[in-house]
Amino acid sequence: MILVLLVLLPFLGAVATALVSRGGRDACAVTAGVATAVALGLLGALAPGVVAGEVVQASVGWVPALGLQASFFVDALGLTLAGLILGVGLLVVVYARYYLAAADPPGRFYAFLLLFQGAMLGVALSSNVLLLLVFWELTSLSSFLLIGYWRHLPEARRGARMALTVTGAGGLSLLAGLLLLGHSAGTYELPVLLQRREAIQGSPLYLPALLLILGGCFTKSAQFPFHFWLPQAMAAPTPVSAYLHSATMVKAGIFLLARLWPVLAGTEAWFLIVTTTGLVTMLVGAVSALFEDDLKGLLARSTISQLGLLTMLFGLGTRMGAVVGVFHLVNHALFKAALFMNAGIVDHEAGTRDVKGLGGLGSLMPVAATVAVVASAAMAGVPPLNGFLSKEMMLEEAAHTRLLGQAWLVPVVVTVGATLSVAYALRYVVRVYFGARRGEALASGQGAGAHHDSCAPPEASRGPEAGRGGGAAAPHDPPLGMGAPSVLLGALALVVGLFPETLAGPLVRAASAAVIGGAPPGFTLALWHGFTPALGMSVVALVGGAGVLAVHGGAEKVWRRLGVPDPAGWFEAGLGAAVKGSRKLTLAIHDGSLQRGLALLVGTAVMVGFVGFGGAKHTAGERPPMPVEMLTVLAWVLLVTATGAAVVMHRRRYLPLLFMGVVSMIMALAFIFLSAPDLALTQVSVDVVTILLLLLALNLLPQQSPPETTRRRRVRDAVLALLGGVGMGSAAWAVMTRERKTLADYYWTHAKPEGGGTNVVNVILVDFRGFDTFGEIVVLGTAALAIFALLETANRGEAGRRLAQWKPGRPLSPERYPLILIAVTRLLLPFAIVTALFMFLRGHDHPGGGFVAGLVVAIAVLMQYLASGFDWADRRVRPDHHALIGWGVLVAALTGLGALVFGRPFLTSAFWHPRLPFVGEIALSTAMVFDAGVTLAVVGAVMLALAQLASASKRAKQWAEKRERGEHGGAP
Amino acid sequence: MSLEFLVASGIGVLTSAGIYLLLRPRTFDVVLGLAFLSYAINLFLFSMGGLELGRPPFFDAGAPGYTDPVPQSLVLTAIVISFAMTALLLVLSLRTYLEAGTDHVDGEADPKKRAP
Repeated sequence: MILVLLVLLPFLGAVATALVSRGGRDACAVTAGVATAVALGLLGALAPGVVAGEVVQASVGWVPALGLQASFFVDALGLTLAGLILGVGLLVVVYARYYLAAADPPGRFYAFLLLFQGAMLGVALSSNVLLLLVFWELTSLSSFLLIGYWRHLPEARRGARMALTVTGAGGLSLLAGLLLLGHSAGTYELPVLLQRREAIQGSPLYLPALLLILGGCFTKSAQFPFHFWLPQAMAAPTPVSAYLHSATMVKAGIFLLARLWPVLAGTEAWFLIVTTTGLVTMLVGAVSALFEDDLKGLLARSTISQLGLLTMLFGLGTRMGAVVGVFHLVNHALFKAALFMNAGIVDHEAGTRDVKGLGGLGSLMPVAATVAVVASAAMAGVPPLNGFLSKEMMLEEAAHTRLLGQAWLVPVVVTVGATLSVAYALRYVVRVYFGARRGEALASGQGAGAHHDSCAPPEASRGPEAGRGGGAAAPHDPPLGMGAPSVLLGALALVVGLFPETLAGPLVRAASAAVIGGAPPGFTLALWHGFTPALGMSVVALVGGAGVLAVHGGAEKVWRRLGVPDPAGWFEAGLGAAVKGSRKLTLAIHDGSLQRGLALLVGTAVMVGFVGFGGAKHTAGERPPMPVEMLTVLAWVLLVTATGAAVVMHRRRYLPLLFMGVVSMIMALAFIFLSAPDLALTQVSVDVVTILLLLLALNLLPQQSPPETTRRRRVRDAVLALLGGVGMGSAAWAVMTRERKTLADYYWTHAKPEGGGTNVVNVILVDFRGFDTFGEIVVLGTAALAIFALLETANRGEAGRRLAQWKPGRPLSPERYPLILIAVTRLLLPFAIVTALFMFLRGHDHPGGGFVAGLVVAIAVLMQYLASGFDWADRRVRPDHHALIGWGVLVAALTGLGALVFGRPFLTSAFWHPRLPFVGEIALSTAMVFDAGVTLAVVGAVMLALAQLASASKRAKQWAEKRERGEHGGAP
Repeated sequence: MSLEFLVASGIGVLTSAGIYLLLRPRTFDVVLGLAFLSYAINLFLFSMGGLELGRPPFFDAGAPGYTDPVPQSLVLTAIVISFAMTALLLVLSLRTYLEAGTDHVDGEADPKKRAP
């Protein structure tokens, strides 16, 4: 369980950090630091056992139904990566505290950082490959957030997007690959899967799985040809680069190569693809690093080169290759993180990261210079530093590797790579810290134009460095908190180099055993191995590297003239073309015209319907038809006539409302006739409200629709409408004339015993399907609130101007509030309310219910608005409509939740039938309370919508009258 | 002629009217179209339970039969939801008209008449 807690800690920390974000940088950094430190402590507690060979496992049910477990395990390999994640993480937390400017939101930064940390820990410690993949994707997402942290910078957004696209696509590839792998292994649990080498390599799925998995690893670890996103990601704040792009995220791909090494490595395909990719990446990265002027860009490209080296080592497929790979993975993290932090310090102090604009900072910043010298020397592979050890072991391995049948190929390539890495490491130190002093001039703010089109834009234009470091003061060593992390990392690089066997031996041995899945070969980590070929290659690299730097100026001119293509540019161009293409396609399908879109929609639906009809059997229904009476036919004729009239006269907008009323009445009669009294009640009361609403809106809208221009369109629409009508009608006909089996029996028999009511429809609504009804009142309430929002703001701006110029569309009655109407509606109000109460109380057993009751109340009150005027009624309506909606939903929800208290599912109802003296037996049920909530919400929603519309009309009318009286109109 | 035919053809006529009005270029007509289409669809849903005369779904142990209550409760919900939708669309079209000065669905200016 410690293990699960360990993985959860960063996520908890992320939430905690976000919560304390108001406390400023210190609060955030301390919170993040504590979370990381505790996690590191937990890991440290596990470490001794794991290094001794123990494997710690933990598992919690995730989706037990699918057999998915959230399972974690720590072996020495996982421990190594987790140690880097948390160790470097802690240092980065400290460093970032001093790096971030006051204007940078610290909560967001640290929360994202911890989110990333948790995701990485998950990758390192997951035991289920699918779980690993989830965390893998999470690292892509969180790194997107981190790279784009300065979201106002276009290059940050671009870099973040590119990183997400490339690594996200790789993640998809990895998903497919891991699924294939798990399929051929028969398990997704890593500890078991890693034992199934024969099954995996013998499967025909091996090669596709390998290629897909490598696709994921190579994109994540910036291998050629996917390497271009890494330099672009340098738009991230420097702590992010130090963390993600040196120690952790880019190592995820390498880690997965190592993790799956036992089951994937050792084949010809693996060797050829992985080794070659590694070698090419190593050269491409090194050469481009040599000609990169942005310090962070230089480091990013050197990271690409070093990642290529690591890939190559694991690609060899030899046990010793794995040992060196693990060792160099740790070493690289130490010196590269130190260098990134160092680059951030230089930027911070001198106000620029451009190598061309820097020089001679050594005497001004002795501590930073020392760190840079040590870390660069480690990168270059200078004894006695850790980088020397692993690089020499690498050269030794490469010295006896044949590629494509050539014994010389690999040794020569790696020696060239090593030479170049010496050159770029030297360039970093020499150009920044030695030579003529150049940083000072920049520090006083003259460096603005010094940046050229380097891939990663310097932050000086906006970055925190410029804000605080770029004053008139000369550059100097940074504050303790900012300098100490890189000093510590540099010191580690040194002591690991001096005492490799003591400090790193056990871990490297245990971790490589975990990679190999067996005993590692015998080796000793030591500075001196005698006169070996590797020593010779090292010497060549060191001398050659110095030589390359000496001729760097000339070489650079040649390089610039060559005009090496920029894959990042191609990528952007490709992406741009894809966006353009899809926009074109979208516009071709949907050009924003509602008429066209709806016609396409209806047309498609009709087509699909008729295609389905064409492909089915066409036998007549066997159910005996029901006879028809004269009255029914009459009603039908009335319905068809009214509908037709509504269509024909739709341009005179009041008329169709009249016909709609006729249609609605016939529908209600039909419902009564066809044994659905509840539907009839609802239909009538809803339509009263709907037509009132339409009338009120029409008051402000044009009274007529202008004639249409084209006859063709009318014909087209008529054809569509006819086809649609025939389709719907025949479908209904086909169903009605057939026998069918329905769920009716269940509800019929269970309504009374379980729902306590005899009106089965009502019981279904408030009990069996109460959740639907709850959703329905929420929808109704939301619609009413939206209507409120739309109308409340309508008297501003353009809309307000138009409203102020409103003229009545037809002559108004001279008698505004007819006396008879007033008298009748006021008299009706109490009767209506009693009716509503009656409907409400009987609803559970007879036609009625909360919904209808709510509508009746609403209609009765609305009548008052209509008859006696808005102001008169509004003064007398006490409860606020918004509050009614809120209370209604709340009452309904609480009733539903009440069932949970008694251990029953949401919205289970309870009922009693107490016998009262004189009254007799009455039915009481919690469903009634729920129904009361429905009533409240309905009253509130309907009143809010209609009163709001009425009030808008009233405003317009008042302005119009004012204008008539000769005053100047206009929105108040 | 049977009762089923009357109901089915009624559904067809209401659907046709709904679709035709839905495709008109003015917002108010579109709202009307939706209202008619809602009638059609509610009746269609209701008819899925089959037609029964004089057998309302009120439980009574001695009842000779009963109609299917499930489509009824679904339609009841549908009526309410379509009311909410119609109301919202109506107000939305009113606001659009006030903002844009035209009630054409694609915002095309009205050549003949200026805003009120």
